[in-house]
Amino acid sequence: MTQRLSPALIAFAVLVYLFLLGPLVIVIGAALSDTTFLTFPPQGLSLRWFEKIFEMSAFRRTIVTSLQLAFASTLLALVIGIPAAYALNRFRITLPSWLSTLFVLPVLVPEIVLGFSLLRSIQVGAGLPVLWTLLLGHTLIVLPYCVRVVSASLASFDFTIEEAAISLGCSPVKTFFTVVLPNVQSGVIAAFILAFITSINDVSVSLFLTGPGVSTLPIQILAHVEQFFDPVVASVSVLLMFLTVAVMVVVERTLGLTFLAK
Amino acid sequence: MLKRFAGWSLSSPATLLVVICLVVPVAATMAATFASDAGPLALYQAFFESGFRRRVLWRTLEVAVVTTVVAVIVGFFTAYVVSRAPGRWRSILIILAVFPLLTGVVVRSFAWLIVLGRNGIANNLFVWLGWEGAPYSMLYTQGSVVIAMIYLFVPLMVLTLVGVLENIPDDVIEAAASLGASDSAIFRQIIFPLAVPGIIVGAVLVFTGSFTSYATPQLLGGDQQMMMGTLLHQRAMVAFDWDGAATVSAIMVVVTISIVLAMTRIARRLNPMAT
Repeated sequence: MTQRLSPALIAFAVLVYLFLLGPLVIVIGAALSDTTFLTFPPQGLSLRWFEKIFEMSAFRRTIVTSLQLAFASTLLALVIGIPAAYALNRFRITLPSWLSTLFVLPVLVPEIVLGFSLLRSIQVGAGLPVLWTLLLGHTLIVLPYCVRVVSASLASFDFTIEEAAISLGCSPVKTFFTVVLPNVQSGVIAAFILAFITSINDVSVSLFLTGPGVSTLPIQILAHVEQFFDPVVASVSVLLMFLTVAVMVVVERTLGLTFLAK
Repeated sequence: MLKRFAGWSLSSPATLLVVICLVVPVAATMAATFASDAGPLALYQAFFESGFRRRVLWRTLEVAVVTTVVAVIVGFFTAYVVSRAPGRWRSILIILAVFPLLTGVVVRSFAWLIVLGRNGIANNLFVWLGWEGAPYSMLYTQGSVVIAMIYLFVPLMVLTLVGVLENIPDDVIEAAASLGASDSAIFRQIIFPLAVPGIIVGAVLVFTGSFTSYATPQLLGGDQQMMMGTLLHQRAMVAFDWDGAATVSAIMVVVTISIVLAMTRIARRLNPMAT
């Protein structure tokens, strides 16, 4: 990779990065504005729109719901996804190849179609409560990340270590928790983070499943923007960006950031 | 025998979830489109006879194609620079591309409301420059949807292609250079062809992502620029026309899956590194 880059190409990349980051800087500026309407550059600095988030019960409630939903669906997806990923790697020969395709389906089927179908069949058809359908829907859309990322870690795991433990008298269950799982730790962390972020940002599935009194943060933001054009949404967006930065710091500390580029 | 049992039982909770909550409901939605009282294809006939819905489908395809083409071109050159950047710069540039990708679709679309709105930064600039007719109304146009969509998908394209471009072996490039190939010949005859499979993967992600998007056309296009995603929502939740919504769903599934299948087939055939 010793080839030199032409100045024109570098200038082009700089412009692209300005295009990518500019709007996010503008959101931060708008969130700090003291005005009652959205504007940039901010006119007068204030944090009052951040206080406003927590004064508005709709935002408070949906932030809590979104966090709970993201934690619950991610944990559920890991609990069912890790054994599936393990089975796909350990018993590859005895399982049909369509099984691994099945776990990719939630990415292949348009999310918005999935949301509508869950509403039709599960929420209305089977009469499941709103929160439960939301949990199932979110688990479904984060499951592919859990299965795929953990599978990738397991692919480089040497299963003879597991056999050694078992042949020395360790029970299969204990072997899984003390030998297999610690070896794929980084994959599990990465899967957790990807799944959590996916769930917290989801629009298309939640859109159909939120009901009276139960909504998620992105849906509440959409509803708010349609009625008001005040900076409160900008400050909520900044909170979400902080969450993203926090997640990236965690990734950096545990796995190294180049991990995300894969 | 025991192994087969263990494999099935360990993967059964995840399998059951996907079958019960995805395969069956989506199949039911698709099946409902053929179960109309007026005949099996009546709903599709109604969809394609409506000029409005035909226009929505056409607009969605148009936006998705333009977004994909621009994202591929912009993403390719940016990824090229990132993949050749010196070590520390490379990781900084990757982090800066990951950050918008991890920030939600709603936040990133909302950002363009502030930029393109009537009191937005773009209009303030145009007024300040004294442009004729400023401020312009730029929201709720196809252009604003396309810009936000490109913004949404360029990071994805960059990150997909950085990996591909880095995997091109150095010695291939060095061999070409030592045999007298010019920089542009290396680019056109080696780097680009080797990146084609990656470009196809990225293009599929961008096309299907923009074809099925909801938040961006909703925020920046509104009712004037309805797309398939917003039409599906409007049919199901505003008009309570579930048959109509199911028809839109079925068309979206068919278009998405055909594109994915066609492109993976092309990618497999074009891959020059395949053995």
